[in-house]
Amino acid sequence: MLSKTVSTKIMGSMRGFPSHRINYSTSSVNVVGRELIKSRALEKDELRPLYMDFQATTPMDPRVLDAMLPYQVNYYGNPHSRTHAYGWESESAMEKARKQVADLIAADPREIVFTSGATESNNMSIKLLEETIRPETSLVSVMTVNNEIGVMQPVEEIGRICRSRNVFFHTDAAQAVGKVPINVSDWKVDLMSISGHKIYGPKGVGALYVRRRPRVRMEPLQNGGGQERGLRSGTVPTPLAVGLGAACEIAQQELEYDHRWVSLLAKRLVQKIMSEVPDVVMNGDPEQRYPGCINLSFAYVEGESLLMALKDVALSSGSACTSASLEPSYVLRAIGTDEDLAHSSIRFGIGRFSTEAEVDFTAEKCIQQVKRLREMSPLWEMVQEGIDLKSIKWSQH
Amino acid sequence: MAGLVAKKCITPLVVIRRLTYPEYAAQAAYHKKVVDHYENPRNVGSLDKTSKNVGTGLVGAPACGDVMKLQIEVDDQGKIVDARFKTFGCGSAIASSSLVTEWVKGKSIAEAMTIKNTDIAKELCLPPVKLHCSMLAEDAIKAALQDYRVKQQDIEIEAVKASN
Repeated sequence: MLSKTVSTKIMGSMRGFPSHRINYSTSSVNVVGRELIKSRALEKDELRPLYMDFQATTPMDPRVLDAMLPYQVNYYGNPHSRTHAYGWESESAMEKARKQVADLIAADPREIVFTSGATESNNMSIKLLEETIRPETSLVSVMTVNNEIGVMQPVEEIGRICRSRNVFFHTDAAQAVGKVPINVSDWKVDLMSISGHKIYGPKGVGALYVRRRPRVRMEPLQNGGGQERGLRSGTVPTPLAVGLGAACEIAQQELEYDHRWVSLLAKRLVQKIMSEVPDVVMNGDPEQRYPGCINLSFAYVEGESLLMALKDVALSSGSACTSASLEPSYVLRAIGTDEDLAHSSIRFGIGRFSTEAEVDFTAEKCIQQVKRLREMSPLWEMVQEGIDLKSIKWSQH
Repeated sequence: MAGLVAKKCITPLVVIRRLTYPEYAAQAAYHKKVVDHYENPRNVGSLDKTSKNVGTGLVGAPACGDVMKLQIEVDDQGKIVDARFKTFGCGSAIASSSLVTEWVKGKSIAEAMTIKNTDIAKELCLPPVKLHCSMLAEDAIKAALQDYRVKQQDIEIEAVKASN
């Protein structure tokens, strides 16, 4: 098994591979693409950008890949086959993975259903609302940790209220599992969605926690051979389940360390940027949050142009220009951010494999580019002249 | 077994660089002309707003995520000799306004009025979702020309009043 330092080194070296080792596939190219390929081909020694978008997805921890590989090529049996050793060994791996997932959230393994991801888990939970036995029952569904601004909801209190009113409580914990300590009994959660690729596990797998006591009755979304106690038919993909289990176990062991590491890096990034650049706002509650998701608004600079400037870093923004409509992020709007600040926001995602050097580089580049873009901004110019932007009547397009 | 698994582990870890996939590049990357205007913007800056030869156009709104300020300096023969811009907006907006300042230099006022957003969009190969940037650039140049015209009219009115 790879040690943590080795795995970090490998992750680091993955980024620095120069492009002359690449084969370009030009077989399925359209005419517009051809001109762009030419421009891409010129940048022969370009390195891949740094990865600072851990909320979008995470790389698989090499130790998870280690755990999965035998189940791809050697132990390839269907875990639901009851009659031979191939089935038995896959089933035992699947059950072991189920226990690993359950341990991470202090649940019973019988309460875990493997799904294809958190989206499927969410859909399954919502469907419960329609098929429930008691006609007056409703469902409360809350995100544990928000993926755009990192804010943590007061899940314990919500759970307490729901339990006292006999209302089902579902939470989408995709961004929270393995990052903050979770105990489904303390939180009084009835349903919880888990996503594999957000916790350094494989893509294409997730889980749904379904409480047994008091029983949560569910109608299946997917019908078929009756696997997963009839709740979710379809062969459980053993390698993916094993990967999810391994990711959960690693996350449980390293939760505290990761949290401290990510907090340290986050504080470093925010302090560096805020000390050198004025008029920067951090969106979301400063206390009740997961530190690895930082959403900053740089006033008078537009988000997408800043992303373009930071092309050596893979980031994401809550700005409108990156979506098809001109609407900024609904999350920022909901927390009452000014519309022009909502267009100026960038999300920095820090994770297990982020390094101090990456954070320093990102901070410096960010500071440099914000200064440059502010020089190009008419809003900054007006503010420097002392004009109050709120007093101007803008021409609507 | 461990060695075999380790070997099987290491192979997938070596370069799988997919970022330059053609379809991806066609959809998600910026066109190189836009990138060029963005990295080497022409004519960023300001002209003296109060000068009688300068027309200033300020269009857009911060709430929409796009604000362009375009300034033109016109000589006494009605020819545009200098242009400057400042933009709060995405890469395509910056490129559109930078391109417009390049185009108007050396043109007469009448010629500058004929600049269309479709020309800007074609020159920069803007995708459909970014067409509003070119429209705003056209609005900006028209606003600047309008401002200049209004200034000139005011000056004429002043001159007529003074001579009476």
